[in-house]
Amino acid sequence: MRLDQLKPGQKATITDIDEDGPVAQRLMAMGLLDGTKVSMTRKALGGDPVEVEVMGYALSLRKDEARRVSIEISPS
Amino acid sequence: MNTTTAPTKIPVIAVVGNPNTGKSTLFNALTGMRQKTANFPGVTVEHHTGLIELPSGKVNLVDLPGSYSLAAESPDEMVACDVLLGLIDNLHQPDAVLVVVDSANLRRNLFLAHQVMELGKSVVVALNMSDIAKRRGIHIDPDKLSKELGATVIPFVATDRSRAQALKATMDVAINAKAVASATVHPEVVEAAHVFADELRSEGMQVTDYEVERALIDARGYAEIRLINNAPTGTADKLFALRQQLVQQGDGCSLAKTEAIRRYKLIDAMVGKVETRTGKQLSLTDKVDRITNHPVWGMVLFITIMATVFQAVFSWAGPLMDLIDTGAGWMAATVGEALPPGALNSLLVDGVVAGVGSVIIFLPQIIILFAFIILLEDSGYMARAAFMMDRLMRYVGLSGQSFIPMLSSFACAVPGIMATRVIPNKRDRIATIIAAPFMTCSARLPVYALLIAAFLPKQQFLWGLVNLHGLVLLGLYLLGVVGGVLTALLLKRTGLKGPTPGFMIELPPYRFPDLKSVLIRLLDRGKIFLRRAGTVIFTVAIVVWALVYFPRPAEIFEAYDAERVVAEIELSGEELDIRLSQIDNFESAELLEQSLLGRIGKTIEPVFRPLGWDWKVSAGVVASFPAREVVVAVLGTIYAVGADVNETDESLIGRLRSAKHADGKKVFTLPMTIGLMVFYAFCLQCAATVAVMRRETGGWGWPLFAWTYMTGLGYVSALLIYQGFS
Repeated sequence: MRLDQLKPGQKATITDIDEDGPVAQRLMAMGLLDGTKVSMTRKALGGDPVEVEVMGYALSLRKDEARRVSIEISPS
Repeated sequence: MNTTTAPTKIPVIAVVGNPNTGKSTLFNALTGMRQKTANFPGVTVEHHTGLIELPSGKVNLVDLPGSYSLAAESPDEMVACDVLLGLIDNLHQPDAVLVVVDSANLRRNLFLAHQVMELGKSVVVALNMSDIAKRRGIHIDPDKLSKELGATVIPFVATDRSRAQALKATMDVAINAKAVASATVHPEVVEAAHVFADELRSEGMQVTDYEVERALIDARGYAEIRLINNAPTGTADKLFALRQQLVQQGDGCSLAKTEAIRRYKLIDAMVGKVETRTGKQLSLTDKVDRITNHPVWGMVLFITIMATVFQAVFSWAGPLMDLIDTGAGWMAATVGEALPPGALNSLLVDGVVAGVGSVIIFLPQIIILFAFIILLEDSGYMARAAFMMDRLMRYVGLSGQSFIPMLSSFACAVPGIMATRVIPNKRDRIATIIAAPFMTCSARLPVYALLIAAFLPKQQFLWGLVNLHGLVLLGLYLLGVVGGVLTALLLKRTGLKGPTPGFMIELPPYRFPDLKSVLIRLLDRGKIFLRRAGTVIFTVAIVVWALVYFPRPAEIFEAYDAERVVAEIELSGEELDIRLSQIDNFESAELLEQSLLGRIGKTIEPVFRPLGWDWKVSAGVVASFPAREVVVAVLGTIYAVGADVNETDESLIGRLRSAKHADGKKVFTLPMTIGLMVFYAFCLQCAATVAVMRRETGGWGWPLFAWTYMTGLGYVSALLIYQGFS
């Protein structure tokens, strides 16, 4: 499953990031790595961009970018 | 590489940190008013430097743009790296680095701190906003963190003076301390980079080990692009082969991922030892965000905030503007009486005071507008606005990243266009650059303010909450937005076709802006505006005055003096006074028509006659192509010199209202005025913008296109409005 498919309120753990240069590198520098916990806070009008919480801060990214992040939903 | 420092040189301390760490607030707390804004050579990113006094002497503090990592995607982001490596002209390598860290976000912030530590600099870490973190239940042990990190760690609160003293004392120790590079997370990459850099240097290239290291790690990043562009041919293949080799010998993933995983592993171990968290954080922000980021209520709030800003710009500035107006009138009267009548008197009263005064009067409005922009930025709302707007920007083919440059362009297109450097994709950058000057900049505000106040009725709706003037202003702002958006859309559909760029920003917690920091930045903006008024506008005002005042042919004076003699013989009492003032009016009007500007205006008048302009307005518009706000000063001067002498105490507004065409019809009719405002909304009358466009797009092609396109659009729109509604 990918991060963009996570519903608001759901929590998950990152399992992998598609590597394709600067965008992925920036995500990783901001702490989105294998094993990092993320949760979906909300989605903007039309479901894009999305707002996630990671390591205690709020990050906004587009669906296209969130799609690079593979996740595993944590049981709530 | 510059590693030796002459003893006479003032030591340099670079200030780095993630965005939203309160870095500029900390910088302002340390430097106060002793700072200046400057640009690094070669790149356009603005930075602040300030001298501060440490126990052992003066130190130059250099504030670098906020970043999450030393890996750069654009030239803009590379600046931080270049400063730390001492690669910037006229700025020697920093003697120490102050890393500003958001205490509530220690883990992510330590990523950059740790990268800087690897450079072998003397590092001081400021745990900023430690009071806010404490309130959220986050406790960090600074002494433990110092030991773990190998750098002095100082908790910091901008409002607490004793903290600033402690930080200064620590920095003083740091600049004199011998720095030891902390162990690197990827020794194999560092070693390979060193060998490769030696090889490149032996071929005559000037390059540091760290630049090569970043080029190896940051696949498709700016360090890679720059290295390949500057290095001998064949370097790209060698670089890619070396990277491939390192990946195969390493952890089986990219070097960037290896760096991130290993660094965060170290950081996690550190944070585990020094940080304790109790209770849930982000609670207030969470609640507020539920409204501000709500798909519907968030949009309603956004529009309400923008409308409030424009209402405030008009209604709050009023009393201050009246005060400046009175002051300018008093100055003109005092100077006018103190000096004998003649050229110098006219130069000072009609040229300097009337010209510059009519621009300075807009200082209150500009300060209020900037106050709102800075408050929205510092409170954290601006990032929410970008989040809300990203979807809209995407319809145009741009991203939320273009939103910030566009929004900055509401203040001035020059910093707005400079801010486009953060957009990595060149097509999107150019589309944003061309669209940016459509946003209503603060220089358009004086023109709008003058024309709206002079020619639109004062009407209020909703019990005085909304007034017509504010609504029209909002409409003009929206017109600029629509013009820019349609232009960007057109460009992205035709000449600049390409995929939509990415968008990734942090939504910082809401916080109360630091008043001192806000005031310092506000004063900075005010100074920039006044400096323009003092230089460009002052010069143009004097040139225009001279064009209006000269040549003053003697025949005109002789002819009217003869008429005066006749009048004095034939009339007496009140009749004589009326006749004399009539003669004075005809005399000034004829002098004006015969003046250099009068001749220029009349030559070009046919071009603008279809828009309903007389030669005075035409002359003013042409004179304002270097800087659009100049038109107010030019009109001020034209109408002051040519004014009815009995009305010298009247404001420019009154003079414009009574302006008439040769056939006696009013010049400023409603269609003409609206057309004129729309002309100013679209036309690219700003030499500074054209110059910065040339620099940012790397040629005259795009600025020339933008100028022709925008001026043409302005002319046609004004023509349609005037012809359609008259």
